[in-house]
Amino acid sequence: MFNIPKKDAITFVLFAIVVLTMPIWLTPFGASYPALLQKFAIYALLAVGYNLLFGLTGYLSFGHAAFLGVGSYAAVWSFKLLSMNPVLALSFAILFSGIFALAIGYISLRRSGIYFSILTLAFAQMSYKLAYSVLSPITHGETGLQLTLQDPRAIDLMFIERGSSLPTSNLFGISMSGYSGFYFTAIILLIGFFIAQKITSSPFGMMLKGIKSNENRMNYTGFNTKPYMLTVFVISGIYAGVAGGLLSITDPLAGAERMQWTASGELVLMTILGGVGTLIGPVIGAWLIKYFENIFSAWNESVLHGFFAFLPDGFEDIVVTISSKFVGEGWHLTLGLMFVLVVVFLPGGIMEGARRIGTMFKNNKDKKTKQSSDSEKGEG
Amino acid sequence: MDALILQVLNGLDKGGAYALIALGLTLVFGTLGVVNFAHGALFMLGAFCAVTFKKIITLEQIVLSKTELSPWGTPLEIRTPYAQQWFGDFGNVLIEYSVPFSLLLAIPVMLFIGIAMERGIIKHFYKRPHAEQILVTFGLAIVLQEIVKAFFGANPNPQPIPQIFMGAADLGVMVGMAENVITYPKWRLVYLFFSLGVIAAVFAFLRFTTFGLVVRAGMSDRETVSMLGINIDKRFTIMFGIAAVVAGLAGVMYTPILPPDYTLGMDFLVLSFIVVVVGGMGSLPGAVLAGFMLGVVQSLASMTEVKDIIPGIDQIIIYLIAVIILLVRPRGLLGKRGVMEN
Repeated sequence: MFNIPKKDAITFVLFAIVVLTMPIWLTPFGASYPALLQKFAIYALLAVGYNLLFGLTGYLSFGHAAFLGVGSYAAVWSFKLLSMNPVLALSFAILFSGIFALAIGYISLRRSGIYFSILTLAFAQMSYKLAYSVLSPITHGETGLQLTLQDPRAIDLMFIERGSSLPTSNLFGISMSGYSGFYFTAIILLIGFFIAQKITSSPFGMMLKGIKSNENRMNYTGFNTKPYMLTVFVISGIYAGVAGGLLSITDPLAGAERMQWTASGELVLMTILGGVGTLIGPVIGAWLIKYFENIFSAWNESVLHGFFAFLPDGFEDIVVTISSKFVGEGWHLTLGLMFVLVVVFLPGGIMEGARRIGTMFKNNKDKKTKQSSDSEKGEG
Repeated sequence: MDALILQVLNGLDKGGAYALIALGLTLVFGTLGVVNFAHGALFMLGAFCAVTFKKIITLEQIVLSKTELSPWGTPLEIRTPYAQQWFGDFGNVLIEYSVPFSLLLAIPVMLFIGIAMERGIIKHFYKRPHAEQILVTFGLAIVLQEIVKAFFGANPNPQPIPQIFMGAADLGVMVGMAENVITYPKWRLVYLFFSLGVIAAVFAFLRFTTFGLVVRAGMSDRETVSMLGINIDKRFTIMFGIAAVVAGLAGVMYTPILPPDYTLGMDFLVLSFIVVVVGGMGSLPGAVLAGFMLGVVQSLASMTEVKDIIPGIDQIIIYLIAVIILLVRPRGLLGKRGVMEN
């Protein structure tokens, strides 16, 4: 199981180092606090899972928020009914999001292209609307599902007395908030990343890439593509479910707004921004968007005034007025613009940009050597 | 029975809005082959044309009265809208009918926005996969939405209904039923007829003008038309502008029914996409039919009698219909055979 190509192994080790040292290297960026670090890890996992579907097969799903929501609810219910143990909660999140993804995938995958997108969108919207209205006994509608003091917590209460305050999720005594919570999510992210790596390099992954480049031809060569698609859809849904479960583990409150289709849209943004079809790309996209969301949205005019203080007075005011539209409340504008620019100019996302810059340097070198050899020829 | 008729009526005006947006979406898809996720944002922009128009028209001059005092002892402020000063009675009419008059503002503005959008961005996406078209227009929708939010804030902006359309019309009496059985807000009736009028105008434009003839020809075989020496791209760009105008007009007239805020577009977008798919991608009559049908079905499903049988059905009925139609008849109700059928 662990015999992976050397190149993948190096990528994985580097990735693990980057993730695990995040609290250190993010300090200068002002992003090194546990709540945000946890989000980094969780949304990276979500994006890695989404990329397995969209990046490998090209099927654009607008319904992954539903799996995220199901995972969250499953985890919180596991806290409420059984135990505050995150592993148990994650198993429930996997189970339920898997079943859910199987059902939705089975139906949605009967169509491809834009119809698939719309089917997944329809299912996600249905789940969201139901979670808000009829399923309120399960989801607690608008207030969101949260822990109470009267929860049964059957397994936990066999061992410990019911406390006077709300319990927090803990892994055999290790609290799941703060830095320990971040390391828990980071390890899950690494496991998820490793599995994604294995899938991408496996024959199964090759099959999925074949579906992306030409599904008809795959069918003609005798592969029934549907079971492969369904498998990867369920896997991808489980990733989203685990991410949802982790969101609940780090903060035991699940709301229906997690299932709204704009949440799926955000996930698509992350994947595209980073680079579809690459393993690292979606992770970078998720980090960037979550970073901007937390850092940019906290900026206001006074911060900007401090930032542009070196400019002449009148000019400073103009610059601050204009740029204040892009941060704080309006950071979505920056996001949208960035996204449009990426899709128009860099369809492969940041990863393609990096690759282009890389080849540009390489080409320059090649050209120079070529030119010099040409000129030598000319002289001769 | 009365309740049933009432719900059908209720559904029709909502269906009118769906049909208008879906009509524009289908026009864009049929001509340019582009899946436009920013179409809901165009609807929202139209609604904000009405908001802007009203803001401009109600700009007030404030004069401090020399003789009268307000209850607080300060000189009384006399506020008079500039429109009233300049145009006299017509100014008052303008303020009163700000929503219908803003249609006049919305037409050129939306035409300009539509054409600029097509020439600026969408032009580059004809040959790209549908997924990328969805993504770029989705990004565009976010941008438009945020720009509107930056200018108008996040709160809904209620718009006035002109005095004579206030209140409800007693439709039952007109067809010989008892009084107060079927009453219906007048403005919604106006909206229903307005949407029917716009739909008729679009169809007539496509059916009876030379321009429409060329566009229809281009829709069925773009290559041949351009080989005949016709600049079909230019005409398709104008069609995109017209689609934007249709969405914008639908938005303007909808403002008194639902005070617009910046998320209005997204709310309608998902629904109108489903309308397009149910009607059949690329089929204009299909979009109109499905729009009205889904509007009516939705309001029928929100009757308490129905909700008692299947709780929550009113929330999901449209999506449910979309799923069933897509699975059973993938080309939609009136879609052409072979157009995006798999």
